[in-house]
Amino acid sequence: MARRLFTALTFMSICIAPYLAVGTSRAQSVIADVSEHFVGITADFTGAKILFFGTITGPGKVVVVISGPAQDITVGNKVQRAGIWMNDEKVTFKNTPSFYQVLSSEPLDEWLPPDTREAKQIGVEYLKLESTEAIGPAKAADYRAALVRNMQKNNYYGKAEGQLKLLGGGLFRADIFLPSNVPTGDYTIKTYLVSFGRVTHMEVTPLNINKTGIGAEIYRVAHQHGALYGVAAIIIAVLAGLGGNAIFRKS
Amino acid sequence: MAARTTESVNLYLPIAEMSVNIFLLLGMGAGVGMLSGIFGVGGGFLMTPLLIFLGIPPAVAVGTEANQIIASSVSGVFAHWRRGNVDFKMGSILLVGGIVGSTFGVFLFQYLRSLGHIDLVIMLSYVIFLGVIGSLMLIESIRAMQRRKRPGSLRKLHQHNFLHGLPFKMRFRRSKLYISALLPLMIGFIVGILSAIMGVGGGFVMVPAMIYLLGMPTAVVVGTSLYQIIFVTANATFLQATLNQTVDIVLALLLMIGAVIGAQFGTQVGAKLRGEQLRGLLALIVLSVCVKILYDLVVTPDDIYFLSRGSGGH
Repeated sequence: MARRLFTALTFMSICIAPYLAVGTSRAQSVIADVSEHFVGITADFTGAKILFFGTITGPGKVVVVISGPAQDITVGNKVQRAGIWMNDEKVTFKNTPSFYQVLSSEPLDEWLPPDTREAKQIGVEYLKLESTEAIGPAKAADYRAALVRNMQKNNYYGKAEGQLKLLGGGLFRADIFLPSNVPTGDYTIKTYLVSFGRVTHMEVTPLNINKTGIGAEIYRVAHQHGALYGVAAIIIAVLAGLGGNAIFRKS
Repeated sequence: MAARTTESVNLYLPIAEMSVNIFLLLGMGAGVGMLSGIFGVGGGFLMTPLLIFLGIPPAVAVGTEANQIIASSVSGVFAHWRRGNVDFKMGSILLVGGIVGSTFGVFLFQYLRSLGHIDLVIMLSYVIFLGVIGSLMLIESIRAMQRRKRPGSLRKLHQHNFLHGLPFKMRFRRSKLYISALLPLMIGFIVGILSAIMGVGGGFVMVPAMIYLLGMPTAVVVGTSLYQIIFVTANATFLQATLNQTVDIVLALLLMIGAVIGAQFGTQVGAKLRGEQLRGLLALIVLSVCVKILYDLVVTPDDIYFLSRGSGGH
């Protein structure tokens, strides 16, 4: 870990150099990067931790928003009828981030004004979630809260801001934790430099999370050659049954 | 490379898209496989709810379970075949009905899904079928055990009723029956529909139907049921893989390894138990699953809101 941090910091200083040179012309700026831009989900994947790091020049504070690929997410509701809980209404939210996490060095409520958070969608309560169905504001709020609550329960959304460590000299770093059920696809990591409550600079860092190796191959065949996959699954099952039988017959 | 919390006992499932404990799944496979060997049921009625309980998406649980049942049924059927306990003629007629029924069932599933409430239909079918069959089997096996205690009372091989007046009579030597082919065809069809809707092989419905409706000897029932389940679940696996991409080979393989081993022990245990004990035990297992599902339907959920991502999932 120490070695990785050292490498990261060396890399950072190389990147920073040109910015420092023009420091006077660009009073405030932020640069950030992650230890890897691709996280491969292999058979032994049980979650991952990636290092996020960067630096700021000039005054200001940093807040980071990590968003997973947008999806349509449906929130269902159950009602009890004749003693049995059954599905009732459903509300679909368009283009909702499948993963969402905020990193900050201090609690956001203490320093980031709500209008800025709303404008930049910083924090789950400021996510712009639009439902496809026309529903009243009270109901929309219920479903919205249910979406956030359930996404948090599955570790897709952060419950609180993650810790961003300030290392002095404008350097900062944080660990980004990806759970084992992390959604796959293209992520964006937006690093905002905020000065007097206003965003003065933003840096976007891409991150791709995808299956790799045999798992990716299985997924690809299953989705592109369904019939072939089905036949293969049947053959494997028959062989497993025959194989088990052969072994036990001898004993 | 990303720093990983290394735990070698976990495996990432490519279709279910989650990480699971290898030994837990092997153990579940072995337990359910043993039941399948003892009773001649695929064990899907037990495994499918267990997988969903583990957090496997319901659609993947149903599709993968069909695949796994093929393996445990193939393994089990050979053990019974060696004992001469498979009525291939009866099995094949049940199978013809089963394939037609399960294909019809897939379309019925889609229709019910378009109406909404497919979850409820699935769960209520579980409760109704498990409840009715479990209760009937339990009552019957208790009566049989009481009869056994009173020696001298004779039992007819099977009862005669209107079902025996149907045309197209056929002789089934292994089952010692001379009945209409329409009867097994009908039973196969109905069980096929159920297996498509409930995501099970249908053994738990098929076995009692063969005993009580067809009047087949218990010894032949198990092997014959396993024989026809192989093909019904192969059909289901193929349909699930092509239509929904919900068969997880990695998950299925883990369950298969456990199940194949379990089924072998199960067959040996089953051979030692008497018919009515066997049925009584199966009845108790069926009833407990029924009670658990009913409990989940009735008890207030932790959160009355739930998520379903994209278009998939129920």
